[in-house]
Amino acid sequence: MSKRTVSVWTDNQFWVRSAAWVTGFASVLLIWLTFDTLAQISMGTDEDLKNGIAKRVPGPTVINYKITYEMSDKRGHEVPVIGAKEKFFGRDDYTEEEAGALLELGKLGSQAKNCMNCHTLLGNGAYYAPDLTKAWLDPAWGENGPYLGMTGKNTKEEAMAEFLMYPSKYPTHERMMPNLGITAEEAKGLVAFLKHMSSIDTNGFPRNFGKKSTDLREKGSN
Amino acid sequence: MFDRLTTNHFQYEGKQLATWYFTVAVVLFGAQLLMGLIAATQFLYPSFLFEIFDFSVARMVHINALVVWMVYAMVGAAYWLLPDETGIEVVGIKFAKLGFMVLTAAVTVVVLVYILVQVGPASQATIWLIHEGREYIEAPRWADIGIAVVLVGFLLHVFLTAIKGTRTGIVTVLMADMIALVGLYLCGMGYTDNISMDQFWWWWVIHLWVEATWEVLVGVFAAYGLIRIIGANRQIVEMWLWIEVSMLFGSGILGMGHHYFWIGTPEYWWEIGALFSALEPLPLVAMFIHVTYDWGKEQGIAKAKGEESAVMNTPALTWFFTNAFGNFLGAGIWGFFHTLPQVNIYTHGTQFTSAHGHLAFFGAYATILIGIFYLAIQGSNNITRLKMTFDGKMAWFLINIGVFGMTVALTISGYGQVLVERAQMGATWEAFFVSQDALWFVQGLGWRLAMGVVTLVGFVYLVKDLLSSGKSEIHEK
Repeated sequence: MSKRTVSVWTDNQFWVRSAAWVTGFASVLLIWLTFDTLAQISMGTDEDLKNGIAKRVPGPTVINYKITYEMSDKRGHEVPVIGAKEKFFGRDDYTEEEAGALLELGKLGSQAKNCMNCHTLLGNGAYYAPDLTKAWLDPAWGENGPYLGMTGKNTKEEAMAEFLMYPSKYPTHERMMPNLGITAEEAKGLVAFLKHMSSIDTNGFPRNFGKKSTDLREKGSN
Repeated sequence: MFDRLTTNHFQYEGKQLATWYFTVAVVLFGAQLLMGLIAATQFLYPSFLFEIFDFSVARMVHINALVVWMVYAMVGAAYWLLPDETGIEVVGIKFAKLGFMVLTAAVTVVVLVYILVQVGPASQATIWLIHEGREYIEAPRWADIGIAVVLVGFLLHVFLTAIKGTRTGIVTVLMADMIALVGLYLCGMGYTDNISMDQFWWWWVIHLWVEATWEVLVGVFAAYGLIRIIGANRQIVEMWLWIEVSMLFGSGILGMGHHYFWIGTPEYWWEIGALFSALEPLPLVAMFIHVTYDWGKEQGIAKAKGEESAVMNTPALTWFFTNAFGNFLGAGIWGFFHTLPQVNIYTHGTQFTSAHGHLAFFGAYATILIGIFYLAIQGSNNITRLKMTFDGKMAWFLINIGVFGMTVALTISGYGQVLVERAQMGATWEAFFVSQDALWFVQGLGWRLAMGVVTLVGFVYLVKDLLSSGKSEIHEK
């Protein structure tokens, strides 16, 4: 093959070696970064939360705390901020096991009910229904939000659970969520999953969540 | 379709097996289009099949049929080219045929469960038996394991055949790429409560398939196709193939970073993802130049010799050329549109993504696989020079117009969605639905549905052509 080769550029062996080196180098770099990333996105613990250690993915007991999404001047975008204790279905003392079990139920539920083929989670999925990354922080479910009144519930978590169990009873648009046979316990797990997801540090996605451009303009920032 | 499917007409049984894979691939391609039309209709008329056959089900089958028909066509293409390249029959062909039967039976069961059962309770049993609810790789765990076993069997056939016969450069790249492709599938089989971790590994399958190993397979098929269709010089084609492997893996492997901007992963992926994914279009430009250059060169040589044409299979070359350009346009241009984090923070998870997805999967993969179907039509009917029929032309025009039309329509919808939902209204539940009612958005989705119908009509012509072209009198036997 390379007997008559006059230039290295037309020598297949040169390109074979190049392909091997380039692929090898890129793969090694990816694997190296993977180790670093896996350490950074592994779930935190209850201890971390109690000691105020910020993790990119907090432990499941984050459901015991109030979560907000605030602009960080240092990082130049919004980050989830874990605040004071907050009741979740009437309790703010879920143990690591209890909260972990709820989160597992919710995560399994999110897969079993195929959420991702209508919604996006962390921006990935289908585009038929709203993104759920920060759904827990959506002002519509908060105090004075329209969906709280719609479901006739007093708290955000109860309202969300009610909606998940009987979605077509509470249409928010002509395009409705179908009834997926979600039980009360599954709904509780799913809301825990949503609350946990909202505490994940997504590098500022979605940007300006819950803020209208008109509000931002009044404050003089964008 | 591929004449004499069941007889021992083929010189190699490997080629006969390839036509079985192609036949299932075409059926699933049709299923993909039908499901897409249902989902597209639901966007405009949400009550259509509501709580009977919901969007989530139609969409799941739409994208799964896509992935599976492409994998089928790729495996089939590998079996088609192996005897030509190695000069021998596929080693262990009886087991390879058994693998096809098992895989096809499993795929049938999986699809029926998707359609009939749809959802399950929040338990591991659902993940094992119904579906995993993870976009593109929804197949339940039992099927995952089955698919992995069949794919490992496929790898064995490729390797044993290559070792026993002639190992060309094309076969060498195929062997290396298939190992990576099969190995990566395993990354998508686990379960974790941590959604960030979940999506981290999920992308190892999706991205490293679609933006790395599948692209290299396209390089392999293009190289093989150019030799078969226009008699391109093997040494040049294989040199190009190695250059393409360097460029595709050099950009594509770390280009994965563009999926790690917002899923909880660290900030350094912004720079890595932006840099390497911005390089991803380069090999696609190179592949386009390569195909165009070889075509022109071989045609020139043929003309100088006073021959009619260097092209021995016009429809295949047409689709291969469409692939070379479509890959660059759909994966390259439409991908680059929203790959930089400064843009992507607004466009991530909108109809922009959908627009890119449609043109990229079509331009990069559907086109070249259709081209390979035509190589199989030629091979299974012993045709020396396969020409373009009227049906073949209609198929090409309508499918291209349809898919490109859908892409442009979705891009306009995406533009409207990003402006309203993300830039103006703060990306909330309400913001999303307001954007869905925006005039540009709705009109875009209307055109998408219309163009989807055009695509389906084109597909009908394609099937008609694949079924009848082999018997047409216009070809040179």
